[in-house]
Amino acid sequence: MCPGTLEIKNLGLSPYEESLQIQKELVASRRSGGVPDQLLLQEHPHVITMGKSAPEEHIIMTKEQLDDHGIRVFHVGRGGDVTYHGPGQLVGYPILDLKPDRKDLHRYLRDLEEVLIRSLSALSVRARRRNNLTGVWVEDRKIAAIGVRVSSQWITSHGFSLNVRNDLSYFETIVPCGIKNVEVTSISNELGEWVEVDMVSEIVIEEFSKIFELKVDKRLTDNAF
Amino acid sequence: MSLFKVPMPQMGESITEGTVSKWLRTVGHRINKDEPILEISTDKVDAEIPSPVAGVLVEICVEEGRTVEIGTVLAYVDTEGEAEEVSSIEESNNQQSPKKIPTGFMGQKSLGESGQTAVIEKRNRKNSEAERLKMKSSPVVQKIAKEHGISISNVPGTGHLERVTKTDILRYIKDAGIHSGRRPSDRENPPQLDTVTDSENEISSNGEIDIWDSFYKKVEHPSFPVSPGDDVVPMDKLRQITADHMVLAKRVVPHVHSVIEVDFSSVDQERRNISHKGNIQERGISFTAFVTWACSRLLPKYKNINAVVSGKNIIHRSRVNIGIAVDLNPGLIVPVIKDTDGLNLAEISLKINDLAGRTRSGDLLPEEIAGSTFAITNPGVLGTVLGMPIIPKGTSAILVLGAIEKRPVVVENAEKNVDEIVVRKTSFISLGFDHRIVDGADAARFLLDLKKILEAFPGDV
Repeated sequence: MCPGTLEIKNLGLSPYEESLQIQKELVASRRSGGVPDQLLLQEHPHVITMGKSAPEEHIIMTKEQLDDHGIRVFHVGRGGDVTYHGPGQLVGYPILDLKPDRKDLHRYLRDLEEVLIRSLSALSVRARRRNNLTGVWVEDRKIAAIGVRVSSQWITSHGFSLNVRNDLSYFETIVPCGIKNVEVTSISNELGEWVEVDMVSEIVIEEFSKIFELKVDKRLTDNAF
Repeated sequence: MSLFKVPMPQMGESITEGTVSKWLRTVGHRINKDEPILEISTDKVDAEIPSPVAGVLVEICVEEGRTVEIGTVLAYVDTEGEAEEVSSIEESNNQQSPKKIPTGFMGQKSLGESGQTAVIEKRNRKNSEAERLKMKSSPVVQKIAKEHGISISNVPGTGHLERVTKTDILRYIKDAGIHSGRRPSDRENPPQLDTVTDSENEISSNGEIDIWDSFYKKVEHPSFPVSPGDDVVPMDKLRQITADHMVLAKRVVPHVHSVIEVDFSSVDQERRNISHKGNIQERGISFTAFVTWACSRLLPKYKNINAVVSGKNIIHRSRVNIGIAVDLNPGLIVPVIKDTDGLNLAEISLKINDLAGRTRSGDLLPEEIAGSTFAITNPGVLGTVLGMPIIPKGTSAILVLGAIEKRPVVVENAEKNVDEIVVRKTSFISLGFDHRIVDGADAARFLLDLKKILEAFPGDV
């Protein structure tokens, strides 16, 4: 294992709890130095996840309605409020060791935003940050959400979700990130055309490796795919 | 026993506070080094905080849900302690009602927000002395005090709720030249003081706990010998925060100052007109209000002057929140006029008068001292001709208004085609700016625009 290597794990459509378990194991392995930095990429079936600070009323639907729509709810140990994941949305969980030179939580958030902004730019979607509203925005429409956890020894987990071609009506079940009246968008929505998640994944991997100055291990990546 | 402080860690340069979201261990628990003992949250991040040392968690100082500024002691870990030591500490912990924990220790130490702390300090001041006496200091401090025959209430406390920390009492002993009853040569029974200090040094110099290095980015003010007859006065909280802040601001930001001379004749005339019209309350519109108004019109255009360097980024502030320095004599607080660019001159004037009045009466709300993006100070009212200010932390520029005085000015008389010396009210206005992001020419353009607006007043108001 070389320092500065990024291993990509593309999990495809992965149940939320499975991804959670994989993250947990990788955090421990990364902490002990058993694996290089990781980027887990996947799509989830319909789920709503609640960060520590999320009040229940930020889920607008009743339990019955959620069941009818096949939406499961998870309470998770990441920062941030409530969010939705579903097919057509690219979800990335970087398991990185921020030691020794990236021990700055705000910088980490801004770096994640930068990865997404540059990836979107490569797809001709002009995205931006908004003051005090972590995430990535196209004008005032939210296109990507961020919520992370940093375990002891500065190992990251959780991460970002980028709306690629997912059904945006599912966001109506929640108050995204606890911000009322926020409009959400997706890459397909912005471009008016069908965009594949895999294509976006490749761009995100490239931009991620640039921003975090990590070399993608091609062998590992190929195996993962 | 040796107590180790677990402070709210500095988890990033621009992070100034954190919320204790969950305690993973309770008082009395034996914990291993690097074992996560609590979770904190800031912005969109949840983070586990490991214990820097092995020992027994003897005291939790900040309850779940509380937000405190970085460096605040969250817990004490006894690195030598056994479980039986715990009970006495728990007693003292129980005496510390959660209600007494001030909420004011949050937010970055910008000039504005240090004021925020100060206001709460001021409100608490009446009770703090009694509270401090009531509050038990840590056993190690009590032990040191007992050995040296010191009453803890005489020691200025810098810890949580002005609690006397070990550093405080050691400094007090050193400064006052107090010696313990034992002779230093008593090797068989070395003074407890030395033992304690050594064990702490051992921990803090341990290279393995590098995660904590960044947590101690505190300012140290060197001590100086005291001569007979000198009066040694502890700095109050406001003064301590100001002192730390000034050192940090100068340490981080490369300061440059540019000065321009502005003719206030037009503004002066307008002030008289307004006074005669009587449409503004008795105090009229101050020169500071005119300058604040003019700056608020310019700042949206000068993005790097209404900004801050944050890591490798520049944050251009979307709002124009101008802080106005108010002299408390002693002390200084900078209340903030939010969204100044959306207010007209009369509104700005009223707001300044209101804020200044309530600053002096101690009735400001904490949020009224936070979030300044630019600051203006006017020592000119005390006769100062020219100021070279320190840029408040979290901003990139500050403007100083020098005394507005009648001065001889050379003007061209076009009719007679001669130069004439006339009497005009002028002032030297100085802009202190962060040279990392504001170039000299930017500052010059800003000052020139400011001069034009003020000299052409009312212009196109």
